Amino acid sequence: MSEEDDFDLNDLDDKELVEQIQDDLYDGLDAEVTEGTEILLGRGWDANDVLGEALVGGMKIVGVDFRDGILFVPEVLKCAGAMKGGMKILRPILAESAEDTSLGKFVIGTVKGDIHDIGKNLVAMMCEGAGFEVINLGINNPVENYLEAIDEHEPVIVGMSALLTTTMPYMGVVVEEMEKRGMRKDTHIMCGGAPLNQEFADSIGVPAYGRDAARSAEMAEEYVRGMDKKRGHR
Amino acid sequence: MVWIKSVVIDKKNSDKAKKRLVLGCGALVYDLLRLIKQNPTLSEKVNLQCLPASWHNSPQLIAPGVEEYLSENAHLYEDIYIAYADCGTGGALDRVIEKYDAKRIDGAHCYEFFAGSEVFEQLSEEELGTFYLTDYLVKNFHRIMIKGLGLDKHPELFEVYFEHYKKLVYLAQTENEQWQKDAKQYAKDFGFDYEYRLVGTGNLNSVFDEIDIQSL
Repeated sequence: MSEEDDFDLNDLDDKELVEQIQDDLYDGLDAEVTEGTEILLGRGWDANDVLGEALVGGMKIVGVDFRDGILFVPEVLKCAGAMKGGMKILRPILAESAEDTSLGKFVIGTVKGDIHDIGKNLVAMMCEGAGFEVINLGINNPVENYLEAIDEHEPVIVGMSALLTTTMPYMGVVVEEMEKRGMRKDTHIMCGGAPLNQEFADSIGVPAYGRDAARSAEMAEEYVRGMDKKRGHR
Repeated sequence: MVWIKSVVIDKKNSDKAKKRLVLGCGALVYDLLRLIKQNPTLSEKVNLQCLPASWHNSPQLIAPGVEEYLSENAHLYEDIYIAYADCGTGGALDRVIEKYDAKRIDGAHCYEFFAGSEVFEQLSEEELGTFYLTDYLVKNFHRIMIKGLGLDKHPELFEVYFEHYKKLVYLAQTENEQWQKDAKQYAKDFGFDYEYRLVGTGNLNSVFDEIDIQSL
């Protein structure tokens, strides 16, 4: 690194620092994102604002560039790793916060027969960043796992993920079982994964298709905010 | 935006007078060329074009890439065969294929059409966390897998990619001692169990089985 590049994050004002954290996150610089997060907290920033403006804001830029083919999976994973560094500091502060800012519980898992979880974990991370309490079921989940998690956690949203063309139809099995048990009226369902598209999502009765991690988190948040508004009008 | 970096495999084969286009994945190029060379009639009548094998890691590029190629070239051919399976396109490739009245290889991916659906299902049932290689992927392992997944620059991503994998199965198209040694070594390097199966080209041959040579 040249001397010119070797600047002190403390020298930046708040706006510049937020932009720098977003840049560092984009470049997958774990230590720099962690340091920037600590500095903002040290300046009295609310942990929610650090999370929303610096980290989630940065990951949204990453999401757009991934969608547009500017970034590829390895780069996105490095960005996610950098965001995790910042989240590690913020998570305990948010948990201890007296103010309940949680958007609710979000159960997410990769469906039966599928062991791919990179995209699903990115969505989990972005949803946590958006303010959800995420219950991550992991990979290869039969319908029973989703049903048990719904009974146990009463989530506002259940998310299903698949990477394989051969496993994505299993989402329909989960949807059908949730319908049979009357679970859909209280639990919103979302789906996503590389081979999915809106047409498939509509065909299994889950119009909430998240085309990427950033958009999925936005959609989840929009759903909850929309529900809150509806309740407010009653 | 330029999607296509099409590879003209054989200048002789790019003759526009040929009526049959086989547009395939670059990872199948050696196998397709071998099959064509085995049948002199095919080499006279078929124009083989391949799209980048690196799309193996970016399946979202496949359907737009095939569409772009066909939009410019489909009118030159009487028949079009797409030498891909669904390959993680989630039906997007099928929509392009339908538009151009083309055909493709049955199955979800090359592992399935090389091994056969029954064998592939059996392998998946034995160990869901199985990582598959073919001749092409063994030969180009560093370019497609190590560099393609960014592991050359970021080896720490290994866990993220392969956390749930336990076994490597080499589905070989040809017998090649060096590639067998290499595949076994990759399994060892990754800490996976290893299995070798000589499956040949399997259902890839269907690309040519369905050609009515006499009508050409």
